[in-house]
Amino acid sequence: MIRRLLERLTAKIDGPLFALVACVLALGLATLYSAAYQAPGRVGAQALNVLLALVLMWVAAQIPPQVFMRYALPAFVLVLVMLAGVALFGDVRNGARRWLPLGFASVQPSELMKVAMPLMLARYFHRHEAALRLREYVVAFALLAVPTAMIARQPDLGTALLVAAAGFYVIFLAGLSWKVIAGGSAVVLASLPVLWGVLHDYQRRRFLTLIDPSSDPLGAGYHIIQSTIAVGSGGITGKGWLGGTQTHLEFIPERATDFIFAVYSEEFGLIGASLLLVLYLALIMRGLMIAANAPTFFTRLLAGSITLTFFTYAVVNMGMVSGLLPVVGVPLPLISYGGTSLVTLFLSIGILMSIQHHRALVQT
Amino acid sequence: MNFAASPVLALTLPTWRSRLLLYVFIACFAVLLGRAVYLQGLNNDFLQAKGESRYSRVIEIPANRGRILDRNGEALAISTPVKSIWAIPGEVRPSERQLARLGALLEMSPREIENRLAETGRDFVFLKRQIPPEVAERVAALHIPGLFQNREYRRYYPSGEVAAHVLGFTGVDDIGQEGVELAFQDGLAGKPGSRRVIKDRLGQTVEDVESIKAAQDGHDLALALDARIQNLAFSQLKAAVAQHRAKAGGVVVVDVDTGELLALANFPTYNPNNRHKLAGAQLRNRALTDTFEPGSTLKPFTVALALEGGRVRPDSVIQIAPGSLSIGASTIHDAHFERSLTVAQIIQKSSNVGAAKIALALSAESMWEMFRDVGFGAAPGLGFPGEAAGKLRPYRNWRPIEQATMSYGHGISVSLVQLARAYSVFARDGELIPLSMLRVDMPPPARRVMARRTAGAVRAMLEMAVNRGGTAPRAQIMGYRVAGKTGTAHKQENGVYAADKYVSSFVGFAPASHPRLVIAVMIDEPSAGRYYGGTVAAPVFAQVMAGALRVLDVPPDGPMQPIELPPEGEEVKESV
Repeated sequence: MIRRLLERLTAKIDGPLFALVACVLALGLATLYSAAYQAPGRVGAQALNVLLALVLMWVAAQIPPQVFMRYALPAFVLVLVMLAGVALFGDVRNGARRWLPLGFASVQPSELMKVAMPLMLARYFHRHEAALRLREYVVAFALLAVPTAMIARQPDLGTALLVAAAGFYVIFLAGLSWKVIAGGSAVVLASLPVLWGVLHDYQRRRFLTLIDPSSDPLGAGYHIIQSTIAVGSGGITGKGWLGGTQTHLEFIPERATDFIFAVYSEEFGLIGASLLLVLYLALIMRGLMIAANAPTFFTRLLAGSITLTFFTYAVVNMGMVSGLLPVVGVPLPLISYGGTSLVTLFLSIGILMSIQHHRALVQT
Repeated sequence: MNFAASPVLALTLPTWRSRLLLYVFIACFAVLLGRAVYLQGLNNDFLQAKGESRYSRVIEIPANRGRILDRNGEALAISTPVKSIWAIPGEVRPSERQLARLGALLEMSPREIENRLAETGRDFVFLKRQIPPEVAERVAALHIPGLFQNREYRRYYPSGEVAAHVLGFTGVDDIGQEGVELAFQDGLAGKPGSRRVIKDRLGQTVEDVESIKAAQDGHDLALALDARIQNLAFSQLKAAVAQHRAKAGGVVVVDVDTGELLALANFPTYNPNNRHKLAGAQLRNRALTDTFEPGSTLKPFTVALALEGGRVRPDSVIQIAPGSLSIGASTIHDAHFERSLTVAQIIQKSSNVGAAKIALALSAESMWEMFRDVGFGAAPGLGFPGEAAGKLRPYRNWRPIEQATMSYGHGISVSLVQLARAYSVFARDGELIPLSMLRVDMPPPARRVMARRTAGAVRAMLEMAVNRGGTAPRAQIMGYRVAGKTGTAHKQENGVYAADKYVSSFVGFAPASHPRLVIAVMIDEPSAGRYYGGTVAAPVFAQVMAGALRVLDVPPDGPMQPIELPPEGEEVKESV
């Protein structure tokens, strides 16, 4: 009886994917326990977030991909309206207008866009699968550009980057001509000086300090220097769980959220960092496998985009913490403290599971 | 994994696209792994050292400065723990309210604090040094980031201005600047220790790791000074300087048996606990660093030398008439007219003509040797900064007139401490003992500079000087026999003697039968009408000596009857 129930419950959950996610989650909670030693409540709060996210993942896994496709356009429009709402009535926190008060709760529409964007574009390309011409790509880029620009203006460069990436992956996987890619790259390169002018002062500084962090060791370079030192202090084997001196003496900024990888690396060393890389790699491989096996153009594009976005998350965050990339607010997937990103991540994973489970049930 | 092999995907995803994806992928992870290996495997020594330098600090533990005590253990200088408030200017961002409260606690205006904090480009500014620990605690309670505290010691001098010149003071860094504090800096200071501690980003000590070196507290220093006698000497001096509207003054009390300085008082003085608006004149330890022409107080040494060589006896009669003596172009005068005086009377009545006549019978070399033997012309060697040696010119250059005037203390200069020490020779039966600023348990060996008989004979003459027929009846003390000599000298100004500026002095010892203390008193430029050593300096001597003998419980050796003083202005006038 109980076995039957368990079977019913787990029927649509992808075993390998869930196992990998669970491993990373466990590492994440352990690291958070160490990083948030001064605020022990955070571990409990994060566990609650995980539980909530798992439920959401389960629900998403139950829903057939066709349903997602059906509601892709309304969802996208709704989130777009909410983004407009943020721009008009949003709360300002820490100098950025990102939150939309809804009476009962505040939400970050930009986070929802991380899911809505690939849904929308995948649906769009699915509709026009038969004849993909330049026109479709132009429309797709427009669909991508508007919300990205709205998020970047909040300003929230990290989320804008991820939303843009998610959309771009769909377009790329839909078969964008390499000529366009090459041309686009050229245009982007050419427009860099213009972009530079549009950037906020603090954003410019981040790029400059990446090139030479010591130019402003107490200001903009502080994050990079401190986290690089923490990572390096770990050495091969690390200082052991709860043993990170840089962490526990509060030398690492944002150590529970964006810079948690520094805490992890200091305490678990090169061995731990390699293990995490392998886990992420396996997760992404599993995601790409699901994409490869996906039956429809929509599901294939969606799964591919979700997986590649996850990859972007991980690479950008770890690159930032280890001093390879500029500081942008991108959390380390499944490890950083914070409910919103966890929820969107698990929603995506649930969609992946749904795609994997329903692959044979869909008529092509 | 090769999803490009999937036939479905292959239809829509060209091979190059999946390949490219895969390469980008692998490249990204390879770069991340490479970075991890670089940071954690190759460069980690450097980064670990950097990391350690961020939290591991060696802090200095200040050593407690030793106390300065008087001979009976009474504290004259003690160190109290205080705090200093310093800041990292760029990190301090107090709110209006915090700034106002901080200003109130530090007794600074908010504007003043802001000016300090505006010193950009500096990582360290002191906001206020040496504040009481209670105030520091309340500052800490404001929780202003970027504001830190240091533990320091502040020197406190319970006796205030009384012994200021002896003790000196320390600077804000707890290093001796003057007096004993400077002279004995090494012993008092101790050695600061150091500890390795772990500090967090805010500079707060999280963990005490190890002691590298324990702080060695400085040693307590027991001075020869007797706080009671010092107090007495200072208060009498202060009163006398005020009464005679003098420019300055000094009192030195020396223990005859041990050579210890029981008191050394100067006026003007200062309060070492509050050194705002301090002038150089207040700072000078005049009794030790300033010299003056002593005048008649040197006559006993001339007479002693003549007695030593057998040229005269105490009762030898010297002709004084006509009351003046011409040597070359110069003439020496006496203040009172006498036809003739015995050698003893020359001392008693302080006759310049008599002293000069005796001196001219002596060789310049022997006089120079006598002066040098009793300690003139050389620093007394107490270890104090700036001890004066005084002026004692080589005898080869002495002209007869100079030899004559030197016999009564002109053309030679001494400090008050030197003078007191020289008189201890008479008190000690002809021996000179080294002086000491520190308490002495075993008196150092003394050096004989004149015969016991000579010293005894001069002592008898000095006793006569204090009695009714002498120049210093006001030096008498009830119950004790006192011996001593007055000095009154014109001050030299720009190489000429000023007609109306005097240095009045008195040096003596008691009880005369078995001397215990030598006291020298000097009043500089008394300007209230009286200027004779017998009227200005001798009363100070009597007060201090009487009090000190009582304090030391010295048994009386004289008649217990009230002292009879001659009517004002009728005492024997000293030759100036």
